[in-house]
Amino acid sequence: MIPGIGTLTQDTLWCFSQVKGTIEIGTTEANVLPSGLLPSGQNKLGPWCSPTGSPAPLSCETGCGEGSWILVCRLLVPTQVSLLSMEEDIDTRKINNSFLRDHSYATEADIISTVEFNHTGELLATGDKGGRVVIFQREQESKNQIHRRGEYNVYSTFQSHEPEFDYLKSLEIEEKINKIRWLPQQNAAYFLLSTNDKTVKLWKVSERDKRPEGYNLKDEEGRLRDPATITTLRVPVLRPMDLMVEATPRRVFANAHTYHINSISVNSDYETYMSADDLRINLWNFEITNQSFNIVDIKPANMEELTEVITAAEFHPHHCNTFVYSSSKGTIRLCDMRASALCDRHTKFFEEPEDPSNRSFFSEIISSISDVKFSHSGRYIMTRDYLTVKVWDLNMENRPIETYQVHDYLRSKLCSLYENDCIFDKFECVWNGSDSVIMTGSYNNFFRMFDRNTKRDVTLEASRENSKPRAILKPRKVCVGGKRRKDEISVDSLDFSKKILHTAWHPSENIIAVAATNNLYIFQDKVN
Amino acid sequence: MLSKGLKRKREEEEEKESLAVDALWLDPGHAAVAQAPPAVASSSLFDLSVLKLHHSLQQSEPDLRHLVLVVNTLRRIQASMAPAAALPPVPSPPVAPSMANNLLASSDAALSASMASLLEDLSHIEGLSQAPQPLADEGPPGRSIGGAAPSLGALDLLGPASGCLLDDGLEGLFEDIDTSMYDNELWAPASEGLKPGPEDGPGKEEAPELDEAELDYLMDVLVGTQALERPPGPGR
Repeated sequence: MIPGIGTLTQDTLWCFSQVKGTIEIGTTEANVLPSGLLPSGQNKLGPWCSPTGSPAPLSCETGCGEGSWILVCRLLVPTQVSLLSMEEDIDTRKINNSFLRDHSYATEADIISTVEFNHTGELLATGDKGGRVVIFQREQESKNQIHRRGEYNVYSTFQSHEPEFDYLKSLEIEEKINKIRWLPQQNAAYFLLSTNDKTVKLWKVSERDKRPEGYNLKDEEGRLRDPATITTLRVPVLRPMDLMVEATPRRVFANAHTYHINSISVNSDYETYMSADDLRINLWNFEITNQSFNIVDIKPANMEELTEVITAAEFHPHHCNTFVYSSSKGTIRLCDMRASALCDRHTKFFEEPEDPSNRSFFSEIISSISDVKFSHSGRYIMTRDYLTVKVWDLNMENRPIETYQVHDYLRSKLCSLYENDCIFDKFECVWNGSDSVIMTGSYNNFFRMFDRNTKRDVTLEASRENSKPRAILKPRKVCVGGKRRKDEISVDSLDFSKKILHTAWHPSENIIAVAATNNLYIFQDKVN
Repeated sequence: MLSKGLKRKREEEEEKESLAVDALWLDPGHAAVAQAPPAVASSSLFDLSVLKLHHSLQQSEPDLRHLVLVVNTLRRIQASMAPAAALPPVPSPPVAPSMANNLLASSDAALSASMASLLEDLSHIEGLSQAPQPLADEGPPGRSIGGAAPSLGALDLLGPASGCLLDDGLEGLFEDIDTSMYDNELWAPASEGLKPGPEDGPGKEEAPELDEAELDYLMDVLVGTQALERPPGPGR
């Protein structure tokens, strides 16, 4: 298997690798339990961490009967994580106990709200509705288990954001993590940005596996020794200890957004990043938390005239002066920061003319772009609207070069989907490492992949039922009308509460992470 | 509502029917377009959108994207229901008073003001659609209704000061609420109900109580905001 060459030829088969998350009995996003309620007859899972508190391998395979699942304990290793204060504007040292979710049933706080691989693919981060970040690390491949190509185990867990209350406006600020973005690794520590609706935080995740012992003036507990008893000079030595992974908040970028942050994007200069809310985009320097530059502002002088909001934004992967942002009207604007300080005038404007045969009252809603992503090459951008994924060439503004139908069978159901608000769901989309395949989610826990070269596409499902170890995923098909074949599922049987909004693709290999409500599925292509 | 698996056949048929009607309405080549627009299908969509808008505005911090999309969709529906250019001024919004009562009972001062301006805009539509309720002639119109392009003033409350009672813009919000309309609605039944006395039975007693509660609430709102606007002078 050559890393990076991912194509959906007939040879590519996707198989199940792992699933993370609590086992729920028929729990979906629509009916997760509020915290505190205990369902009857739940499965009790095993211990959350090994008794010594050391990091335990938290993905364990236990057979549980026929057609078995891979039972994975949701990680909770409290002794691993501590919040240390390093700067004057952060709370003093404390152990944050609030993120210990010591339950085995799914609650709304467990709903995964973002998934992101780091630049090497070694780490996989998830954020959830309860403000928690969980980082998985790929285990080193061993010669003995060539068929298991490096599974992902829990590496670190920390509470990134807490629920806040804005006293001035009498508003509660949700702690849900909207986005996580990794910084490229520059030393032994890992850095990531995580954001909720209002505040962006820079987190440092570092390992500690040695500790100094043998202080001259202090005893082992840290108390000062009586100087009269000190007769020899000792130099502390570093001794190995159990690996401890610490997450510390290094920067807090707050009070810069009136509206809800929907995107963050790290610039290719690694010195700045941007955060975008419904009406404004701000540019930050990582070192400076008390000010940011406003680079886009589409707020009208009179809010009555508001007809369009910003839905997503991203920096160009190579050109640190270029970024794009998408709107609720289905347009994409490319801006050059060298042109002016306030990038209200775009350099390029991407919009596809409306298809008159498909016009309806819902045309605008379904054209609203929910995600925009540059290709790794920087030549293309991909956008996701409600029914399609489009690939645009940066050099052609008047229409996309490719359009892929994600679930066109929903076009006749728009009225119902408007009624139950599903039409407002925001799906994300991702490129594979070589920009040859794109992936996005759908309903009924389906997700779709499109090969740009062969024009083949496939629909797969993330479900517990299909989660045997290394089981090959069977392509799914939705039957639109008329006769339904044996393996097909009819449109009316789709579960619209099971939506795959967040997915991620390993930067160089065919490994994907799919978030289905409160479960994280990891799939790999079949290794022969 | 679409949910897992089962869907009642009847609902499905109704939806198909309404969708088919919508498709009919939108297809420019179809002969049906020449006839009178099927107001039933569009008005249900219209009502749904208004409900969504209301629900969105009721949030303490509305989802701006959702709000903007619903408002734009509402504008589209409105435009399709009134293809003629000029919108004649409507004497009085027939549905508005009952809507206002329902909405005000469950909302705070700022929201009621936003609803007032929203209803002002919706009054254009109420007069134009073949609304089943007859035009009420209970008193003078609540506020001046221009024929200009509708602007949904609900959105001007969204911003840093939304929900903040000490906002400077508060004064203007209450100028266009005509209390005489509410006086007509609420005072009359209350005074009538009080006169007959207990022999009317418990059924009638409920009505005056409800009106009194609504009335008290409204008076609190009005007196409260007046107190904010005009600080008490000496001797008050």
